[in-house]
Formats: sequence, structure tokens, C-alpha cells
Amino acid sequence: MSETIDADLVRHIGKLARIELSEQQVEMFGRQMSDILVYFHKLRELETEDIEPMAHAVQSSNVFAADCPQPSLGPDQALANAPQRDGNFFKVPKVIGDS
Amino acid sequence: MIDTKETVTPVIGLEIHVELATATKLFCRCRNRFGDPPNTNVCPICIGMPGVLPVMNRKAVEYSMKVALALGCQVAAFTKWDRKNYYYPDLPKNYQISQYDLPLSSNGYLEVPLADGSAKKVRILRAHLEEDAGKNVHDKPGFTGVDLNRVGVPLLEVVSEPDMNSVEEVMGYARAMQRLVRWLGASEANMQMGHMRFEPNINLHIARGGVTYKTPIVEVKNLNSFRALERTVEYEIARQYAQWEADPDGYSMGKLQKQNRGYDDATQQTVFQRAKEEAHDYRYFPEPDLHPVVVDDEWRDEVAATIGELPLARRARYMETYELSFKHADALTQDAPTGDLLDEAVKGGAEPKRCVNLLLGRAAALANERNCTIAQIGITAGGLAELTKMLSAGDVNATASGKILEKMIAADDSPRQIAQAQGLLVVRDAGQIEVWVDEAIAANPQAAQDARAGGKKQKRAFGFLMGQVMQKSKGAADPARVKQLLQQKLGP
Amino acid sequence: MPQIPTLTAVQLAEAIASGQTSALEATQAYLAAIEKLEPQIAAFNQVLADRAVQHAKNIDAKRQSHQHLPPLAGVPVAIKDNMCTSYGHTTCSSKMLANFRSPYTTTAVAKLEAAGAVVLGKTNLDEFAMGSSTENSAFAATHNPWDTDRVPGGSSGGSAAAVAARECAAALGSDTGGSIRQPAAMCGVVGLKPTYGRVSRYGLVAYGSSLDQIGPLARDVPDAALLTQVIAGHDARDSTSVPRPVPDYTAQLDEPIEGLRIGLPKEFYSEALDEQIDDAIHKAADAYKSAGAQIVEVTLPHSRIDTDEAGQLSSYAVACYYIVAMAEAASNLARYDGVHFGHRTDEPVGDIIELYSKTRSEGFGEEIKRRIMLGTFTLSSGYYDAYYNKALKVRRLIANDFTEAFKTCDVLLCPVAPTTAFKLGEKTDDPLTMYLADIYTISVNLAGVPSLSLPAALSKDNLPIGMQIVGPLFSESTLFRAGRMYEKVSNVARLTPALAAC
Repeated sequence: MSETIDADLVRHIGKLARIELSEQQVEMFGRQMSDILVYFHKLRELETEDIEPMAHAVQSSNVFAADCPQPSLGPDQALANAPQRDGNFFKVPKVIGDS
Repeated sequence: MIDTKETVTPVIGLEIHVELATATKLFCRCRNRFGDPPNTNVCPICIGMPGVLPVMNRKAVEYSMKVALALGCQVAAFTKWDRKNYYYPDLPKNYQISQYDLPLSSNGYLEVPLADGSAKKVRILRAHLEEDAGKNVHDKPGFTGVDLNRVGVPLLEVVSEPDMNSVEEVMGYARAMQRLVRWLGASEANMQMGHMRFEPNINLHIARGGVTYKTPIVEVKNLNSFRALERTVEYEIARQYAQWEADPDGYSMGKLQKQNRGYDDATQQTVFQRAKEEAHDYRYFPEPDLHPVVVDDEWRDEVAATIGELPLARRARYMETYELSFKHADALTQDAPTGDLLDEAVKGGAEPKRCVNLLLGRAAALANERNCTIAQIGITAGGLAELTKMLSAGDVNATASGKILEKMIAADDSPRQIAQAQGLLVVRDAGQIEVWVDEAIAANPQAAQDARAGGKKQKRAFGFLMGQVMQKSKGAADPARVKQLLQQKLGP
Repeated sequence: MPQIPTLTAVQLAEAIASGQTSALEATQAYLAAIEKLEPQIAAFNQVLADRAVQHAKNIDAKRQSHQHLPPLAGVPVAIKDNMCTSYGHTTCSSKMLANFRSPYTTTAVAKLEAAGAVVLGKTNLDEFAMGSSTENSAFAATHNPWDTDRVPGGSSGGSAAAVAARECAAALGSDTGGSIRQPAAMCGVVGLKPTYGRVSRYGLVAYGSSLDQIGPLARDVPDAALLTQVIAGHDARDSTSVPRPVPDYTAQLDEPIEGLRIGLPKEFYSEALDEQIDDAIHKAADAYKSAGAQIVEVTLPHSRIDTDEAGQLSSYAVACYYIVAMAEAASNLARYDGVHFGHRTDEPVGDIIELYSKTRSEGFGEEIKRRIMLGTFTLSSGYYDAYYNKALKVRRLIANDFTEAFKTCDVLLCPVAPTTAFKLGEKTDDPLTMYLADIYTISVNLAGVPSLSLPAALSKDNLPIGMQIVGPLFSESTLFRAGRMYEKVSNVARLTPALAAC
């Protein structure tokens, strides 16, 4: 596992996170992220083999709602914040391929 | 001697996405309904607006459990939700709430009936619940439109093992799944409404000259009709074979990556999309906004108790106890309510075979006209039982019974009331029939003469006079009695 | 009758209910304070004066017609601008949401308004609540009313500064790793991070979903208790909110807890802590002792703070917290992509991916990008087990430490921040140093337990020093009573900065 984050890895993460990065940002984030990762490595000091991961602060289960319809917003309110719309559709550049 | 014998075995697994028939979505209470104008069944949760949170639909979990149990799956005592992160405009949060490492159910099977009457067990790897995405509408000039009505609709993803070895088996499996989820009321499974989508993965195992070759696995995404599924599998088997033949050592699983292909409806071919290694990095992690689902024995048994008799068991019972042919038994077990109707009518005293003839005769024709199931045409089991009994007793004839059945849909009247009102009861009154016979003979002297004369015209003339009498009685005269009287009056 | 801004929320509600003053007068007094002080403080992103006045008039009309008045009737409050309101804007102090108008209102805010509170406006924060100084706002840095060259803390710095400067009677903030308690400490006010699930998160713009809680910032403990009373409770819209009755936090508030056992976690009182703060909290412990409490030493081993040769601080809890929070943030903030709401790039784009990347690059500040990048990395293929899953396991160890500690004491007495308010610009260059501002507060969020931050003393240079009282899950009643005990014996209740004196 890499201990530092090189420029290619920064660019790859930028792509995954959909954030455009300038070359200067690639350099800066690479440096800062590497520093912070070193900090994160402190956790390696701890033996956690038999510890159950804790995803919720307060344990609970089976929180459900009944299957009863409630009013929706309606297209005008739903689209009120849309940066661009076409009729009652959100409008984006042509999308091709699978999801 | 070189062994030139060659066997080609397609190895096919299928993922089926089934939209569940809940009234509302999986994580909000907007309607789960197809066909509404764009972005009408949409709330801040559907749009993934800042600050919103999901709340689980109990019904969706129960439908999923029901399907899983019917597939013989183990329902997990503990199941949780995970976020699957990827960017796409029809997924407003840019993550999908799904189940990753602890799915709701696993390890089941579906029996797939084959044309020769046998059945094949296809193993189910897992079935999990997730939210559907919206729709990107591509028919716009120069841009894509996004409709979020479908966002958040509960989707059950059923993943099979690669147990299928032919197009027939794949289609049989897909149709059996459609029948099952409909049977359970878990989904309408209407293909036109996108309730079911298929993702097959296909490769070939080719044995030649003592060596087994395996072609690279191809996964085809998002097929939304049975036809597309059939064409895809057919096309892939042929394409992979041709490619392998051109380069038996190069086109192999070890040398080439798995790939994703898409189906093009216009050419009915699949086209390359990407190598699996370029696949998205989905960055799954436990969904912090939702607590896990814990299923205890009591809840599981409660859901299991709602399943009832499954289609293949019912079909076998019909062949055994009602002595129906495979074809008839199969036709009556395409959905649960139609068989329920038959069973109820039989319980009410109907003779099974006559009742089945009514259902698969006029009732099936009416259902076909209305594009619905036989049960959906709207006749009651009580009415059906009474009509069958009238038929058995000879109170009505087959023709009349069809007419009565049709009237039963529109009216609340009993079959007997309808038959009386329409004059469709068989007339056994000899006096009345004799009047009609005499009238027919008097009105058709030439035919009467031909019938009396014998010879080659006799049979035809006799039949004509029979018809005239039946017409006068509006089909209600007892034909045996008519024939007897005509023979008496025209006999030698 | 004293000037309105000198009254606590409880006193003001009484004054309005008894007719000594009106909701309108109260609202106008605070609007005047805002007008006067905002040039120096910049606590508000948006002041909703017309709406507030109208709301106040409605309450006065209710009172005049002798209708029953709810507990906060006419009390002017401020709301951190990361809680959605169906009025005004909800910006999260980000360019990304600069023009966003929510179609719905946060449950906690709606409850506050239903209790009669008058919303004056939305307060500044570190962008998307990521920061500890309120300098990371896309709009302006908020200044500390005690010294306007200093930060108010963060991320609820706007709410804390507004309460301290008497620009509102009380406010709501949110706390993911200390964002209510740390600014409360730095501004000399009282703040509560409730038990996770005690207050609905519906409408709170998510940062770290498994850590976020809404809570009050107030002049004193009774105000904080009353606000908590109003906003707490189960909400069917938040699956993680707890269906458990809300006790009456205001009852018995003034009764000291007999035989209170106060634990001092030894790991927190190390060389990493500013001497004056260490001293102030130990004096507070002495005061409790005099009041009959028992002081015991406890241990929170996984919240330990280490110092290396270079003087660099480190802690398992800080590492654990940032991994969890950043991963959740990376996912929570994926929705800001220029398609359905929020900022969208004006630049020409070739495809949807470019639209996303440019929009997010323009709309997010640097700290947000840094956290999204790190969070994306720790969840990505091949790294999940080493970082994210490891952090979830350490989280359990940290939570278990609290459970153990509460076997020998009722509450913990801890520092809030390692220093008093620092100078604007002092730490903005170094993200890691800034992350260490949370070193005493984040364990509480990881464990889900409640914590009350309240003033302990004033430093030599006249800056507030805070302390926090931490209790087991759902022990808010105990925290309020314990906090009130100190408030009564100390001279630091309702500290008022000179700038705010009327």
C-alpha cells in the first residue's frame, strides 16, 4: 500500500470525485493528503482484528414507514432550483452509455 | 486418430431487476406509479436535496422476503444498507442505497419448466433490495432530459448462478421469474412499464480435441424485453463462437478481460462498452442514515404464511386431481387468482373439467380481448360454479353458457337469472318443441320433401331443418329432442 | 424593565408573556443590535427582518387575544445556515448553494418556530460545516465579539458570535466534531451537543451523517435546556432519531445533584493543553468538590493525545474521526453536481463528466475539496479496509472507553479546545493543525454521547475559556443540572463582551 499519494493517484481521485484539478492543486493536494494519511496511519498501532466495526452511534434496527402515499412537490417546485430545465425535465448535456 | 468431435456449451447467468408493486417508493412516500408526467411523483428526497433523509418502506422489505422465501432462499437474520457511489444524472444523490456484503437473502433456486415437460433447477446466488434510478430521456435535440419519477422505486435484484446452458433455459427462467413475482403479488412484472429488466452474463465452454476452451465472459446491461434477452443470448452465442473459431487460443478467458456490452435494438446486436477492469470503483460503505433490518423467526414465518401454493405445485395438483392435460394445467397457473377461481368453483360443486372448459374457452377469449388475466375479467367463483352445474345438468348448452358467462361480467344477476331473462335455458317441453318442428316443416316444404325422399340430399336437408328449429328456439331447444321429433315426422 | 438584549431567552419569554414587553419590541431590539454590530462581527449570512417582524406581530396578536402562548413566544433566535428553511436562502456558506432555496424546513427549526421563536436570520459557518474557525466561509469570516481580531471558533461560529454579541437571544448550531461546543467555548456561551438521535437531523445539510447533531447555543444553561426541550424528540422523517420520550429538562434544573461523581479523563490533562485552560478546569473541579461532588480520575485510552519529538500532536480519535467524517462527507456532497439544484458552471462543457467536474471545482472551497478527495480515497478500491473499516473498529474502541468510564463516574469534565480563540488567519495555511482544534471534542461525536460546553473562566487576556461536561447516552438532564451547579457558584454565567454591552 502506498504511503504517499503521487500525482497520478491525486488525478485518479479527482476523477472519481468529479473535481477538476489544476496542476498546482494536484501538487498541493498530493502533499497535504500524504501528510494527513501519515497521520491516519496512527490507527495501525491498534490491534482491531476481533473488533466489530461501528457504523452507527446509537444501535437500533427495523425503523420503517407504512406504505401510504403522501403528496409530492409537483414539477414546478421540484424544478425550481434547477440550473437548467426543458419543460418539466432537468436539462443536462447529451448523456451516452450505461450507468 | 484425431478426435474431431466438438461440443459447445453456453454458460449463462442472469441478473433480474424486479420493481416491486408497493404504493410508495422505497425511501420516501411519493407514489410508485408508471406513466405520470415527468417529475410529478417527486419530493425533496427523490431529488436528493440538501438535508433529506431516507425512511424504509416496510412493505418493500416484506415483498422482497416473500419472493426470497418462495425461491427457497435463506432470509438473513441481519441485513444492512450500503451506499454505492457513482455519478449519473438520473441518480440525484450520486449514490444508490443498495445492499453490498449482507444482502437480504441468498442461496435459493427456481424450477424452470422446459418444453418437454421436465424442469431445471437454476440456483439463486442472492436477492437484495435497492432503489431504482430515474430516467434519462435521450430523444431531445442536443441534450438529455432527466425525469425523476422512477427514482427510489423499490427494486429487487435477483442474481442467478451461471446454471443455464441454452436460450430456451434462459427464457424459461426469465418467464418463470415473471410468473412467480406476479403470483406472489410482489410485482406487476409488466415489461412495457419497465417492471423487469435483465442483465445476462454469457460465455461458451467449447470442448474440442480433448481440450476445453472458455471464451471471455460478457455481461450485457439493461435489457428490457424478453425479445431483447432472447436476441442477445442468441447473438452472443454465435458471436463468441465465431470469434473463438477465428482464434481459439487468443479468444479465451485467461487472456482477455470480462467485458460489458450493450444491446442495440435496431441491429439486434450487442456492442462493446468497456472492459470490466475499467469498471467503476463504487466505494461501497454502510449507509449511516438507515439502521439495519433484523428478521426474527416470527416475522419470517408471518411472511412465509402469505405465500400459499406456488405455481409448479399447483400445476402438478391440477394434472393429478383434476386430471387436466399439461397444457391446460399450465395455462391455469400463469397467475394465482385464476387458479383460485377454479379451486373455489370446484369447492362450490363445479365439475372440474367442465369448469376448466368454461375458463379456457369463452373466459380466456374475453381475457384476451381485454388484455388481462382470466381472473381479472370479473366473474365470481360462485357464479362460475353455478354455471358449470347448469351445464352439467344439461340446463344450458355450451353455446348458451358462453353467452351467459359474458353477461355475468356486466351484471350482478346469477347465471340462472341471466339464462331465464335471455331465454337461454334448454327447452325440454315436448309440446313447445313440436310446435317449432311443425312450423319449420311447413315453412320449408322443399327441404321437408328432400328429407323425406332420402338419397344424397337427405342429410343436408335434415340438418337445415334442425338448424331452423334451433333458430326458432334461439338455441334453447334440447337438440336431442328436436332430432327425435324431426325423425318421427319425416321418417319413412 | 432592563434592556431586552440583556435578558436570557427564559426571562424574555416571561416578559413577553406577562406583557412587560412585546414580541415586536424584542424583535426590533435585536434587529437594531444586528444592524449596529454586524459590520464588526459578520455573524449573519442573511437577516430576515420583514419575516421576523411579521412573525412577531402574529405572536403579539395571539397574546392580545389571550390565546395560549408557547414557551418561546416572541424570543428572537438565529439559525445556522446549514439548516434548510422554506424561506430565505440556505447556503451552507458555500458558493455551491449561494442561491439555493429549500422547498421545506428543518424539523428542529420548525419545532422552534412552533414554540414561538422568531427567526431573525441565518448565521455564517465554515463551508458545509467543515472547519473550526468560521474562516472557511465562501462569503466572509466571522469575528469573535471578545476580540474582533480573533476567530469565533467553528463551524457554528456565526451562531456562537451572534449569541455572545447579543444579536439574538439564542441560536441553533450543528456539531459533527465539536462545531457547537468549540465556538461556544471561544465565544463564552453555552452549547449542547445532544445524544446522537435525540434531535432530528431532517433538514440539516449532511456533513458526517453518523456524527451530526443539531443543538442550541445560549446565554446560560436554563436557556440551553429550554431550547433542547423544544427541538428534541422523535421525527418520523429521520430513521436515526430515537423514539424515546423527552424528559422535562427545565424541571429540577436548579437542584444540585447530590453525590455527583465527576471523572477527569487523565489523557486530556497533558502538556498539549494550554496551561490557563488546564488551570481553569481544575478550579472548576474544585468548585464542584466544594459543592459536594466527588472527583475521580478516569481513563479514555483511545482518546489519548500523544506528542512526538517535534511537538506534533496525534490522537487515535482525531485520525478515526477524520476518516469517518471525510468518507461520509465525500458521499454526502456528491449530490452537488450542477444538475438538479445549486451552482452550475457557465463554461462550455463537452459532456456530463466535464459539467460535474467544472461545477464542483468552481462551487466548492479548498477545504471541501481536500476532504472530499481524502474521503474518496479512503473508500476507494484497495484502501477501504486499511482506512475506513479500520476507523469504524477504532470508533468502537473509543465508544467502549466511555462506557467503561461511566461505570465509575456520572459525568466527565473535559477541556473543549486546546487554546482560547486564536487570531484570524493564524491556522488557515495548515489543514492538519486546524484539525487538531477538535482534539477534545471529537470522541464525543464518535461515541454518540451528549456534551454540554459552558464557560469556565476568562483568561488573562480576557478571552473565554470553556469546559465540557460529558455524560452517557441520553443523560442531557444530568448535564444541564451539573452545568447549572457550576453556573450558580461561578462568576462566569452570562459573560458579556464589552462590544455587546448596551
